[in-house]
Amino acid sequence: MDRIPILKIGPALLVTIQVDLHDDVAMALEEDLGNRIVKSGAKGVLIDISALEIVDSFIGRTLANIAGVARLLDAETVVVGMRPAVAITLVELGLSMPGIRTALDAERGMAVIRARIAEVGTADDHVVDKR
Amino acid sequence: MSSTNVERHVIQNSDDVVRVRQAVRRAALDAGLSLVDQTKIITAASELARNTLDHGGGGEALLERLADGGRSGVRIRFEDTGPGIADIDAALRPGFTTGRGMGLGLGGARQLSNEFSIVSELGQGTRVTIARWK
Repeated sequence: MDRIPILKIGPALLVTIQVDLHDDVAMALEEDLGNRIVKSGAKGVLIDISALEIVDSFIGRTLANIAGVARLLDAETVVVGMRPAVAITLVELGLSMPGIRTALDAERGMAVIRARIAEVGTADDHVVDKR
Repeated sequence: MSSTNVERHVIQNSDDVVRVRQAVRRAALDAGLSLVDQTKIITAASELARNTLDHGGGGEALLERLADGGRSGVRIRFEDTGPGIADIDAALRPGFTTGRGMGLGLGGARQLSNEFSIVSELGQGTRVTIARWK
């Protein structure tokens, strides 16, 4: 079975989905990502879907599941690189992908994750100050 | 209406769903559909192929390349001999699901197609046909 590689870049994990996602590959990715988030303490997950020609409800559900698992493990998921035709189709399909942040490309996605880390950092400092 | 070139694709596992998607993509390209329309019909076909597999217990897709005067297009018919759908109106509503999907498959496929028809009989199976024209 193919496994999708997970790269660590700064505070984030980067996943590039290039193959047609099969059920078992999608499930393995969820599991691998969960483990890597815990092991690395990553605060964000970037999922690059620029190679995907379509996102159907199966792929949409996989992305939503990944974001849900990541959130429980204190990491934010940002989906990057969606093609315009895919966005148009998703809207018509009625798939809004709640809970998933998007950014135009990996660089902007990384900025979203860095901004979140900065925010959380400030919040922690605030708590420390109060003590 | 004259139609040419019918392809039959068996749907028995998730590899077959991917193959159907690729075949529809080729046909949509040949028909000269715009990129957005290609994406819509491939996505609709992907939803229905997965329904055929997950709910129909497998079946087949019949892919037709359409030519009608100056118009060209793609039609795909999905057939299974599964349990059938008891309430088609409910099944077409967004959010309706008996499986593990998001419940957007059938209604979503209708939304993404120019033509949509469904025939289903309990205990006999389900046939869904979609088409997209240039």
